[in-house]
Amino acid sequence: MTRSAHRTRRILQVAGASGAALLALSACSSSGPGTGAGSSSAKPSGTVTVFAAASLEESFKTLGKQFEKEHPGTKVTFNFGGSDTLAASITGGAPADVFAAASTKTMAIVTDKQDAAGTPATFVRNQLEIATLPGNPDRISSLKDLTKPGLKVVLCDESVPCGTAARKALDAGGLKLTPVSYEQDVKSALTKVELKEADAAVVYKTDVRAAGDKVDGVDFPESAEAVNDYPIALLKNAPNPKAAKAFMALVRSAEGQKVLSRAGFLKP
Amino acid sequence: MTDLDGITTSVLTEGLDAHLVVDRATFRLDLALTAAPGEVVALLGPNGAGKTTALRALAGLTPLTSGHLRLDGTRLDAMPPESRPVGVVFQDYLLFPHLTALDNVAFGPRCRGANKAEARVQAAVWLDRMGLADHAGAKPRRLSGGQAQRVAVARALATGPRLLLLDEPLAALDARTRLEVRAQLRRHLSEFEAVAVLVTHDPLDAMVLADRLVVVEHGHVVQEGTPSHIARHPRTDYIARLVGLNLYRGRAEGHTVRLDAGPAITTTEELSGPAFVAFPPGAVTLYRDRPTGSSARNLWRCEVAGLETHGDQIRADLTGELPLTADLTTVAAAELDLHPGAPVWATVKATQTHAYPA
Amino acid sequence: MTDTLESRPRRDRHRDRHRGRTRTAPIPLLVPALVGLAFLLLPLIALLVRAPWRSLPEQLTSAEVWEALRLSLLCATAATVLSLVVGVPLAWLLARTWFPGRGFVRALVTLPLVLPPVVGGVALLLAFGRNGVIGQWLDSWFGITLPFTTTGVVLAETFVAMPFLVISVEGTLRAADPRYEEAATTLGASRFTAFRRVTLPLIAPGIAAGAVLAWARALGEFGATITFAGNFPGRTQTMPLAVYLALQNDPAAAIALSLVLLAVSIAVLAALRDRWMTAS
Repeated sequence: MTRSAHRTRRILQVAGASGAALLALSACSSSGPGTGAGSSSAKPSGTVTVFAAASLEESFKTLGKQFEKEHPGTKVTFNFGGSDTLAASITGGAPADVFAAASTKTMAIVTDKQDAAGTPATFVRNQLEIATLPGNPDRISSLKDLTKPGLKVVLCDESVPCGTAARKALDAGGLKLTPVSYEQDVKSALTKVELKEADAAVVYKTDVRAAGDKVDGVDFPESAEAVNDYPIALLKNAPNPKAAKAFMALVRSAEGQKVLSRAGFLKP
Repeated sequence: MTDLDGITTSVLTEGLDAHLVVDRATFRLDLALTAAPGEVVALLGPNGAGKTTALRALAGLTPLTSGHLRLDGTRLDAMPPESRPVGVVFQDYLLFPHLTALDNVAFGPRCRGANKAEARVQAAVWLDRMGLADHAGAKPRRLSGGQAQRVAVARALATGPRLLLLDEPLAALDARTRLEVRAQLRRHLSEFEAVAVLVTHDPLDAMVLADRLVVVEHGHVVQEGTPSHIARHPRTDYIARLVGLNLYRGRAEGHTVRLDAGPAITTTEELSGPAFVAFPPGAVTLYRDRPTGSSARNLWRCEVAGLETHGDQIRADLTGELPLTADLTTVAAAELDLHPGAPVWATVKATQTHAYPA
Repeated sequence: MTDTLESRPRRDRHRDRHRGRTRTAPIPLLVPALVGLAFLLLPLIALLVRAPWRSLPEQLTSAEVWEALRLSLLCATAATVLSLVVGVPLAWLLARTWFPGRGFVRALVTLPLVLPPVVGGVALLLAFGRNGVIGQWLDSWFGITLPFTTTGVVLAETFVAMPFLVISVEGTLRAADPRYEEAATTLGASRFTAFRRVTLPLIAPGIAAGAVLAWARALGEFGATITFAGNFPGRTQTMPLAVYLALQNDPAAAIALSLVLLAVSIAVLAALRDRWMTAS
């Protein structure tokens, strides 16, 4: 039951990440577009359209800028949203090159319809964490603490990935938790704590990280039972497969992983 | 309260004593009005003269800018309309469409404290008195105009007002019903023991219903008196037109009244100083050519400006030396070949004119 | 207001129904009208065509569906009643009195119409939440917290639905002759009695129409409700919330739930139409 001291760690990570970014920048200025894995035959060019889970927004935007610098003449456009919604628009014919989902289940919607080219690969994993009010006034140190009477806890609805994951974790701990609300997505759950309407929420580590000092994060061991895999796949009808492959390579490269882990993602 | 106020109050402990001043952006009403109990006063005037504003001020629906309002010695100025012992019959009656005739009449007694049963009993008595017992259960939209008017009167009277206000009580009726309702209303008003003030622009209504006329123009009283006096001695063009007289103002010297602008008129009365001369349109005789043998001193050269049928006669509007209105038979009009623009000579005998001091 | 029709002879009613109606319509009106009609109806037809009719009985027998429906009807009705209690007097104030900034106040009243409901929900949290401007006092003085409660659902729905009622009633009041109120005061009625016994019955059709609009809006309310009151089955999970969440992983269930909501609201509106709305 460790309560991670995020704030200090974050500062260290930010410092480290900016160092890494600087390194990456200097690397591409010296070696040019030869470093990308997808640039084996010809230089990638044109626009890459990436559909990505909302939780990836910050990291992917950083990676997008990096990609455009590494490959002059390219442009990365994003469509961030709920994985289900994105999957639905891809199977509905939306013109996208890459799909990065927040769960294998949503990726399966796309692969089931034969809309993906090749097998999706897991590029990061996300773990649950308890978000508490700043300073953790209710002294929450474990998942079991959330079942204390009088505590207002919000969970994600089980129809969305973070809700399924929370259920798994609670089951693993043999806990019965009645929340005040089953929120429609992870951001809503987090907002309830940010606005101090709820005392705690079970959300992803990345969300706690993104919320800065508006919430505190509390790790719990049961979260290991409910780790979420994030698969990424090239789409069958991708208008720009060459550049798409190059972008996917960047995401899975060491540089990409550094940016992602800075946002709280775990390595696959 | 000042001494002066004290005196006025003691003088008029009964009836209405009002000085109504209402300032609007483009209009000022300044009207003194008194009436004794049992008296029916008609405010007569053209549209926009301020009659309805005066009525609303009496009812408390429009606040007074200044002036005063006393009824039976009690000041009403600051009293809200619902506390005033005033009943109002509105121009289009404003019967509550969702209530039966009986409940419309019972509304007032109910608001003044009677319980539902009592109020209905009182209302039934009033409807009976108006000859409407059979229509007690009818909603207003099923009543004829005359019936609705009587319900409105019953509703206003059912609260036992000390001042009854009627705004154009007959205007919404067709000509035939009007005759009948006017006679009924006259009977009810004569039985009413408190003050009644009615507003109308119809001289006939005013003369039949009222004991006294107060003529209002541009927010001011221009003349008041009994209907017959006003009919004979109009002091403004508006009243003269209403009572169907040609009216001129001038300066009298003996048997002649020299008009302010225009010719002189010979009269039988002997006066001096500012004076009015009036004569009815029927006293005018028209000729196509200048009459030679006529003894009439009042002979003017005119031109036909317009013609219209007026009952079984033709009414001719003339311009020229003396603008006037003349009535003549259809036959005479045809013989004279009258048409707009036709030159005519008009004469009036001195014996048919009426002069009085202005 | 039913007697409007009942008290009139049948012949009149028949004539009224056909007054001003023609059999033919000019093409420039007819074509866009039909396009508009098709646009409104096609999605509903698609819903019916693609509805999982075979699994429908099974979808609809779950207790959660009926709980959500019961809660939806209850909350929408409560929100309508609340809107009536405060909305009708507000409409009267806007229509019958003058005060500085009245136009501005009217604009404010209609604001929830243009505000995205989710933003409305956040605004409600900021006002009535546990940590909100008013809510913190409610919490510390009376121990009342509104978010995550059924009362919270009613408040969120009222916030979104009341403007419909206020606008409808205010319009009716403006059209109604204020002199009836004056006539009532000359008969000894206070302004409130005049309002209660004369104005209210006169504008009843407008109030009914406004209440139906507000009820329908409250029934379909989603954004403000889920943001302010959260989502908990039996307590704050109304039908639209259930539909939205079902849509995440079981579109067929979402369609089934929508059909239930649709059927119930059509039934209620049709029942009310005959009773109230014909006179207006």
